[in-house]
Amino acid sequence: MTSQPQTGDQDVQLAEGGRTVYRRPLLLSNPTSYCPGCGHGIVHRLVAEVLEELDLGHRTILVGSVGCSVFAYDYLALDAVESPHGRAAAVATGVKRYRPDKVVFTYQGDGDLAAIGTAEIIHAAARGERFTTIFVNNGIYGMTGGQMAPTTLVGQRTTSSPLGRNPATTGYPLPVTEMLSLLPGVAYAARVSVASPMLVGKTKAALKRAFEVQLEGRGFSLVEVLSTCPVGWGMTPTEAMEHLATDVAAVYPLGTWVDRAKGVAPAMPLTMEAAKAVAGPAVHPADTAPEA
Amino acid sequence: MTVAQPTRTTQPTLIASPPGTGGEASPLPQRILMKGNEAMAEAAIAAGCDAYFGYPITPQAELLEWMARRMPEEGRVFVQAESELAAINMALGAAAAGARVLVSSSSPGISLMAEGMSYMAGSRLPVVLINVMRGGPGLGSIGAAQGDYLQATKGHGHGDYRVPVLGPSSIAEAIDLVREAFAIAERYRTPVILLADGILGQAMEPVSPNFEALAPSTPDWTLDGADGREPRVVKSLHLRPEDLERHDIALQAVYEEIEANEIRWAGEELADAEIILVAYGTAARVSRTAVQRARAQGLRAGLFRPISLWPFPAAALREASAGARAVVAVEMSAGQLVEDVRLAIEGKVPVFHHGRMGGMVPTPDGVVGAMRQAWAVTDGGAA
Ligand SMILES: Cc1ncc(C[n+]2csc(CCOP(=O)(O)OP(=O)(O)O)c2C)c(N)n1
Ligand code: SF4
Ligand SMILES: [Mg+2]
Repeated sequence: MTSQPQTGDQDVQLAEGGRTVYRRPLLLSNPTSYCPGCGHGIVHRLVAEVLEELDLGHRTILVGSVGCSVFAYDYLALDAVESPHGRAAAVATGVKRYRPDKVVFTYQGDGDLAAIGTAEIIHAAARGERFTTIFVNNGIYGMTGGQMAPTTLVGQRTTSSPLGRNPATTGYPLPVTEMLSLLPGVAYAARVSVASPMLVGKTKAALKRAFEVQLEGRGFSLVEVLSTCPVGWGMTPTEAMEHLATDVAAVYPLGTWVDRAKGVAPAMPLTMEAAKAVAGPAVHPADTAPEA
Repeated sequence: MTVAQPTRTTQPTLIASPPGTGGEASPLPQRILMKGNEAMAEAAIAAGCDAYFGYPITPQAELLEWMARRMPEEGRVFVQAESELAAINMALGAAAAGARVLVSSSSPGISLMAEGMSYMAGSRLPVVLINVMRGGPGLGSIGAAQGDYLQATKGHGHGDYRVPVLGPSSIAEAIDLVREAFAIAERYRTPVILLADGILGQAMEPVSPNFEALAPSTPDWTLDGADGREPRVVKSLHLRPEDLERHDIALQAVYEEIEANEIRWAGEELADAEIILVAYGTAARVSRTAVQRARAQGLRAGLFRPISLWPFPAAALREASAGARAVVAVEMSAGQLVEDVRLAIEGKVPVFHHGRMGGMVPTPDGVVGAMRQAWAVTDGGAA
C-alpha cells in the first residue's frame, strides 16, 4: 500500500499555485449523524487523521462498542467488529492475540467502559494487551437518553439523577485513567479534551502517541477524551463546550499519566521492577511466535 | 426425511459402557488412558484450534489447564480470561479475525456466555463451546447433570437463533465430535455447543490417540485490515426492522439447511423393541446397561440415542418407535429431553420420563424399573 498524501483530495486538481488547507481524511467515509456539538465526530476525525498520517489504514481493526458511537464502522473506512455493550476490551484481546501484527483499537463511551465494561478494561490493561483504547468520556449515557454514568459530575442532573448526582448514594466520578495508570501493563495513558482547537491538537498528538506505543509493542495504551453531549447535558453546543472547558476539566485533570518509554509513570503499588525481580523478565508470545 | 448418518448407525458400540469407548477397531495396546476434559482439549488442538479462552470452573477445569500447557507449546493463543463474559467475547474477537476458536465452561459459566453467544450467532461467527454440565440451578452442585439441555437446544441467549448441539456419550466419541463441531461451525458460520457432562469430563477411558486434523477453511469475511480491498464489518446490529428481518430470515434458512444435513443419532436393539429408551450423554450409557439387563430379564428393550440434540432426530425417532409399546426418556434432568421426545413422537406412542437431578445419575436398575412401569401402564395397543 502506498503512503497516502498528507493533504489534498486525490481527485481534485489544484490550480497552479493553489494550496490545500482543509480536506476530509481519506479514512473518514460517511458524514456522521451525531447531534450538533457532539464530541464523537471530532474524535472520529482525529482517529482518521492519525491513522492516515501513520499509514495504518490498511492494517487496522476497529473494535466498536455500544453507545452513540455504535456506527463508528460506518464513518471510519476500516475493518471493524462490533462488541456487546462493555466487552470491547475482551473482543480486542481476541483480535490482537490472534493477529498481533495488526493495529487494533477499541472506541468506547464512559457507560460502556466505566460501568458495564470495567472488568474487561481493567484486566486487558493489567495483562498489558497491546491494543489502544479510545475512551470518549461525556459523563453520561448518551445513546439511551441521558442517564447518569459512573463518570457523571456530582450534582449533575440527568434523566436518572433528576435531582442531581448525589455522592452519598451514587458515589463520585470514576477516575478511570488515574486508576489504570497504576497497572504495570499500561504503557501509555493520557487524558485529553476537545474543548478548544488547542486541546483538539493535543488530543490528536495523544492519539498518535498511543498508536505508536502499540506499534512498538509496549503494552496497553489508553486515551481518555473528555467530550460533550449537549443533548444529554441540556445545553447548547456552545454552552456544552464551555462547560467542558471549565467544570468538567476541574474534575478530570488533563495530562499524560503514563508514557513508560519516556519515563512518565506514577508510583505504583507493585512496580514492574519489583515484579521482574521476583519472576524474571516477561516474554510476550507475540515476540516469540514462530513465523506463520 | 432426514436419515441417520451411516457411520453412526453401523457403529453402535460407540456408546458402550466402559470399557467400550469407540475406536474398537484398534487393539488395546494402542490405546492411551485420557481424562475426558483432556481428550476434548487435545482433540481441539489436533483439529486445528487456533485460540482458546476459558475461566476455571469444576468439572471443566482440566480442559483449561490442558490448553494452558499445550496451546503455547503449539504457538497458538491461550488466554485465561477474567470471567466467562470476557472469555466468550475474546472468542468473538478472535473468530472475527479468522481464528478457529474453542471456549469451554460448565453450567454457571455458560449462562454468563449467553449474550456473547447471541452476538456471535447474529454476527455469523463460528466457535465451538464445550459445556461440561453440572447440577443446577444456581451454584448447584459439581456433580454431572444434564439440566442445561433446554438452554442449549432452545436458544441459550436472546433473539431468534439456534445453535447446533452435539451430545457425546463416550470420550472417544467426544474426540470425534469436537472435530465435527468445528466443521459444522465453519460450514454454516455458527456457534456450536458440545454438551458434555461432569462424568464425561472427569472419567478416564482408554482412547485411540488417532486425533484427526481438520483442513483450514479460507473464509472471505474475516478481519485482517482492509489492505487492497473494501473494509469489512462483522456485526449483528441491523437497526431498521426490515433489514433485521431480512437478516433473521437468512439465519433461519441456514438453520433449515442444518436441520436437513446435520442430524446424527445411533440406535441399538431397536428392531423388535417394545420399550424404547431415549437418552444422550452419560444417561445413554446407563440406559445401554439397562437395555442389556432388561433383555436378560425377557423385556424387549432398545435404545435410541440422539447425538445431535439440535437438530433433534425427530423423524428417525418417530420411525424407530412406530412399533413400540412405550418410549421412556432417560435424563439427568427434570424433564427436558422428554419435551423433544414428545414433540417428535406426536402422541403416537405413550412417552414417559425417568430422570434424576442435581448431580445424581440414574441407575441401570432404576431405568429397568421405569421400563417395567411403562410396560405395566400401557396396553400395547398404541402401535
Ligand atoms: C447489555 C446491555 N445493557 C444495556 C444496553 C443499553 N445501552 C446501549 S448504549 C448504553 C450506554 C451508552 O453510554 P456510553 O457508553 O457513555 O456512550 P455514549 O452514548 O454516551 O457515547 C446502554 C446502557 C445494551 N445495549 N446492552
Ligand atoms: S446524544 Fe450526546 S453523545 Fe449521543 S450523538 Fe447526541 S450529543 Fe453525541
Ligand atoms: Mg457517554
